[in-house]
Amino acid sequence: MIRVSDSYVPLLRRPFGAHEIGKDRIAILYKVVGKATKILSSKKKGKMLDVLGPLGNGFNIEASIVRAPEGRGRPSSIVLVAGGHGVAPLYALAKQLLASSHQLSVFIGARTKAHVICEKEFKKLGAKVYIATDDGSKGRKGLITSLLKNRLRALEIHKAVIYGCGPKAMLKEVGRIAKAKKIPCQLSLEEYMACGTGTCLGCAVKTRSGYKLVCKDGPVFDSKEIVWQ
Amino acid sequence: MAVKAKSEKRKAQSQSVKLKIGKMELKNPVILASGTCGFGKEIEELVDINALGAIVTKTITLRKREGNPSPRIAETHSGILNAIGLDNDGLKNFMFEKIPYLRTLKIPVIVSIAGDRIEEFVKLTEETQKSSCVKAIEVNLSCPNVSHEGTKHAILAQDSHAVEQIISRLRKITKRTLIAKLSPNVTDIKEIARSAERGGAEAVSLINTYPGMAVDVSTMKPKLGNVTGGLSGPAIKPLALKCVWDAYNSIKIPVIGSGGIMTAEDAIEFMLCGACAVQVGTANFVDPNAPLKIANGIKKYLKDKRISSIKGLVGKLKTCKTN
Ligand SMILES: Cc1cc2nc3c(=O)[nH]c(=O)nc-3n(C[C@H](O)[C@H](O)[C@H](O)COP(=O)(O)OP(=O)(O)OC[C@H]3O[C@@H](n4cnc5c(N)ncnc54)[C@H](O)[C@@H]3O)c2cc1C
Ligand SMILES: Cc1cc2nc3c(=O)[nH]c(=O)nc-3n(C[C@H](O)[C@H](O)[C@H](O)COP(=O)(O)O)c2cc1C
Ligand code: FES
Repeated sequence: MIRVSDSYVPLLRRPFGAHEIGKDRIAILYKVVGKATKILSSKKKGKMLDVLGPLGNGFNIEASIVRAPEGRGRPSSIVLVAGGHGVAPLYALAKQLLASSHQLSVFIGARTKAHVICEKEFKKLGAKVYIATDDGSKGRKGLITSLLKNRLRALEIHKAVIYGCGPKAMLKEVGRIAKAKKIPCQLSLEEYMACGTGTCLGCAVKTRSGYKLVCKDGPVFDSKEIVWQ
Repeated sequence: MAVKAKSEKRKAQSQSVKLKIGKMELKNPVILASGTCGFGKEIEELVDINALGAIVTKTITLRKREGNPSPRIAETHSGILNAIGLDNDGLKNFMFEKIPYLRTLKIPVIVSIAGDRIEEFVKLTEETQKSSCVKAIEVNLSCPNVSHEGTKHAILAQDSHAVEQIISRLRKITKRTLIAKLSPNVTDIKEIARSAERGGAEAVSLINTYPGMAVDVSTMKPKLGNVTGGLSGPAIKPLALKCVWDAYNSIKIPVIGSGGIMTAEDAIEFMLCGACAVQVGTANFVDPNAPLKIANGIKKYLKDKRISSIKGLVGKLKTCKTN
């Protein structure tokens, strides 16, 4: 959670995911969408930033390894599905996964060509990158989830694991696809947040075991757990 | 000799920020507001709770309540709208899961309770007062996000008869300090404050949030899942201040002020208008250390103004009538 200024507009801290995690540094990647992100983008190098964190959980990498057949290898295919700024935390995940030599497929959905980010970075990690844009200015025209559904057929899905981050509608569809194909799937959710520390109960999402907090119990949930509303 | 002289000098300068509300003793007038500090444990790593005056728990109800659908939070100009919907795990969970931590705190614990019917308030009071760490009970009569049986009003605190009835009934069954938490969304706060006083409350706490709403014009949807919610934060401070001033001038029992207090200066404004103590809510989300900074700021103000105790501050607003 980042406080971008001492003023009361914007008042609350804003949540961001870690994009790169180093020994003594983290990087965030964000999109300017409103007041707080605009102020953030005007900060000069060397300025101090008021940060509260790290908070909550992350993607569970172990889960994908446990699923490996006969305890031998690792899942042959890791599928990342990113929509909009959902790319940000998935890149950190991809880097972590790389250390254990997984085969990576990355699906990026964006509005237009200009909105596609991190394609090169993912390719540098050795990932196969699939892109869909709303207007067809890059990659397939249409929803990234349609492309995902098509491509999953070609992948060895019995050994796959899906990780997703992006808008709710996209995540819901990714969860549905994963369920239909019986692929384990973890999704990083977003909710409006006030505290970020599990205190205000503002970021609750419905799960099979009642409401859970995105900031504390999440943001990553097993897609089977989520009750979409 | 020199050492003694120095320590005497320090003594002469030291300001007392202690106070008593009913039988409850506070080492300073800064209290964590209900719903913004959980049950203490949630914030233990973020702020030194024991350096504050007291803590009010999230409001509990007899039975578990799921709360409202998301979004439950929306930021507005200098404020936040919330529609949490009294999400809590109920009395039993509170006694078994929350009390053990609250008991380790060195400051008074104030339990906030709410119910649909008077019997629920009674049961909550009977049970929670069994724990010795519970020094006071704040009766939340003012949540804008839930509905109540037994009154035609949207908020219990809008019904002066209901306020008096509930408080006087609880008065009969508890020796703990009773605080009535009131709503600003009433025709006449003075009348409601007086009915809490008549019922036997030892203090009133105000204000809870103002009912409000916000709309996302791009989707044409309300910004809250519950459509409406309660407004808190700096946006409501002038309104809250007026409520405190009105209540202070109409009752003899202490007033605990809240509503948009972010800094020591804000808190001092409330105290000048008659608040003997303040509750800090929304500020906790922005800066978990805000309550501590406010407590220190009040101390410094007293020292700078050479006021020896907070009694010399409470209600000391200089109006043309007093001057
Ligand atoms: C767990 C989590 C991780 C996040 N990680 C990142 C990240 O890595 N990079 C990134 O760019 N963004 C991320 N976000 C989103 C980011 O927090 C918001 O974009 C930011 O709060 C917007 O603030 P603002 O003041 O600029 O916009 P505002 O002025 O507050 O809003 C501008 C517009 O964006 C919408 N909006 C703002 N916040 C949200 C939200 N949480 N959910 C849905 N709609 C919203 C508003 O409705 C409005 O239409 C994350 C959010 C969460 C909850
Ligand atoms: C997220 C949130 C949850 C709240 N929950 C409660 C509650 O459970 N019970 C209660 O009496 N007040 C609750 N309040 C009201 C606060 O205790 C306080 O009275 C109000 O927010 C005004 O103070 P502030 O402007 O400093 O936040 C809540 C406020 C917020 C912002
Ligand atoms: S943001 Fe406050 S509980 Fe999650």
